[in-house]
Amino acid sequence: MASITIDSVAKSFGSFKALKDVSLTIADGEFVSLLGPSGCGKTTLLRIVAGLETETGGRIVIGDRTVNGLAPKDRGLAMVFQNYAVFPHMTVYENVAFGLRMQKADDARVKRQVEKAAGLLHIEAYLDRYPNKLSGGQRQRVAVARALAVEPQVLLMDEPLSNLDALLRLQMRTELKSVLQEAGTTTLYVTHDQTEAMGLSDRIAVMHDGRIEQVGEPVDIYSRPATRFVGGFMGNPPMNFIELPVEAGRVNIGAESHSLSGPVGSKIVLGLRGEDVERVSPEVGMAFKTAVSEPMGSHLLLTGTIADQPARVILPPTEKVRAGETIGLKLDADRLTWISPETGKALAA
Amino acid sequence: MSAARLSSFPSARRLLLWSGIVAVSLWVLVPIYLVALGAFGGREGVYQWPKSFLPLEVSPDSVMVFLQIQGVGTAFLNSLIAAGITVVLSILLGAPAGYALARYDFPGKNAYRLLVLLTRAFPLAILALPLTVSFIRLGLYDSMLGVGLIHTVLALPFAALVTQGVFMGVPRELEEAAWVFGCSRIGAFLKVVVPLALPGLAATAVFAFVISWNEVFAASVLTVQNRTLTAYLLTVLSESPLHYQFAGGLLLILPSAIFIFAVRRYLFAIWGVSSK
Ligand SMILES: Nc1ncnc2c1ncn2[C@@H]1O[C@H](COP(=O)(O)OP(=O)(O)OP(=O)(O)O)[C@@H](O)[C@H]1O
Ligand SMILES: [Mg+2]
Repeated sequence: MASITIDSVAKSFGSFKALKDVSLTIADGEFVSLLGPSGCGKTTLLRIVAGLETETGGRIVIGDRTVNGLAPKDRGLAMVFQNYAVFPHMTVYENVAFGLRMQKADDARVKRQVEKAAGLLHIEAYLDRYPNKLSGGQRQRVAVARALAVEPQVLLMDEPLSNLDALLRLQMRTELKSVLQEAGTTTLYVTHDQTEAMGLSDRIAVMHDGRIEQVGEPVDIYSRPATRFVGGFMGNPPMNFIELPVEAGRVNIGAESHSLSGPVGSKIVLGLRGEDVERVSPEVGMAFKTAVSEPMGSHLLLTGTIADQPARVILPPTEKVRAGETIGLKLDADRLTWISPETGKALAA
Repeated sequence: MSAARLSSFPSARRLLLWSGIVAVSLWVLVPIYLVALGAFGGREGVYQWPKSFLPLEVSPDSVMVFLQIQGVGTAFLNSLIAAGITVVLSILLGAPAGYALARYDFPGKNAYRLLVLLTRAFPLAILALPLTVSFIRLGLYDSMLGVGLIHTVLALPFAALVTQGVFMGVPRELEEAAWVFGCSRIGAFLKVVVPLALPGLAATAVFAFVISWNEVFAASVLTVQNRTLTAYLLTVLSESPLHYQFAGGLLLILPSAIFIFAVRRYLFAIWGVSSK
């Protein structure tokens, strides 16, 4: 049993606050991704959990032990480093075996585990080589295999698939997921790649500027962003933000009028996913002025303006829209996000 | 025409490379060769002029005779002992200092580095008398331990600063990975850092060895009976015939060369750490 509790963790480098009051709980066997732009503190958080960095404040609990101040080796976890950190003076085999050797595993077990991990990551062919004879992607897979070989209770991974080509990445992703699920490994996974996070995770924590903006299941994060940042960060194209006037707690979208819950000012920001629209006649719907129309095969991507503000929407591939044409859009009322323009936070649904 | 020029380009480069290699090798080898010639060429060869580059008569006589001069053997051993002490102590003390400088930020780090170098700013001549006095009091006078200690003082600043560079060349993440996978700090240092730092540590050892082997002032001042080879030769050879001096010179050069040859494997980065 190994859950991870990160309780109000803060970290400063000199006067720079890399982490500000971060709290996150990862249940036993759960897979949680940390997602966020470069420099938001993902690696720092992972390193604090691993014991490689000392937190400025807060508490880390792994299983039923508070591990603050404990050496990395005593925390019972494995880690994949962002820059691999495979040992250049050991063969791939010895690299993968390293953790097991430290546990004083007998040779039979070492061999079994190494071969299993190597097979999973398709590096059997290189087991006798030294890492300087491997490509970046191969080294990265050695790093992942080294972590999997010890069959850890808790696994920390820092962008473990970032250097693989698209096809291999997709394959590794599915295999990783099934292996970790089967073993019931508690996993904290850092990635830049949203689709990777969406596909792998039980829950996603979106980080921004040293804070966790939102934690939730992938679908919730995508459809119900808690802040403007999350909506803009997730999705491709990102969520559209359209500022609209509010009159007596109601806002007009085309011919329809929506009432807003909670106290609102004179303006509100509508968060709209590009695919949550339906084409209707311009008189009925909200006016969308098309600037560029791009048939993508699976869908039609339109770039233009709504209420003079830039927006991108997605229509079925069968639709035909010319540049310059103004069309009407009917919005899916259940899937709209209303965001306070002052705080950037979403209103309660 | 242009094709010919293109194809001659790599060979021109190779020519340049090899002539460079030859020039540097000659620079080092010719003097050694001449010394060897003087040592083995016998009495006539040394005084002959113009010099012949080929040995007229090769005889180990002068070297043999020289080796039989009373005290040369002991002095040679003494030198090895002092150099050995210097190598061991400067690595044992210098490497941890270098490691600390490489891995940790602490207040006054730059001042500390400067201070380490400043120890070399005191001319040994000024320290000679007080050193002699305290060495006599401590019972270190005229002992190889004493000479080794002084040589360690001379070699240590370089050992600390050179090993700092060496340890900085070993990525920190490798050590961290070792910690995560179950190593203690010492374990990670021995299992990961030392193997990767070995070339640099070997170079540092060579350096310390050569410093001790060549040092003559402190060795002369701090010993009377138990001389190191350099100190001994300095007193003996000034009164000897020229071909004995050459024999002594060769004896001084050889151990350093052999030591460097012995550790040459470690002088090059074998794992491609520094080259990649
Ligand atoms: N040792 C350090 N000293 C000073 N600042 C640091 C240190 N380590 C990290 N930082 C800063 O902390 C912030 C967070 O760094 P971190 O490596 O956690 O980012 P990240 O989210 O992992 O980014 P990326 O996705 O690019 O890997 C960055 O602004 C970085 O400059
Ligand atoms: Mg990072």
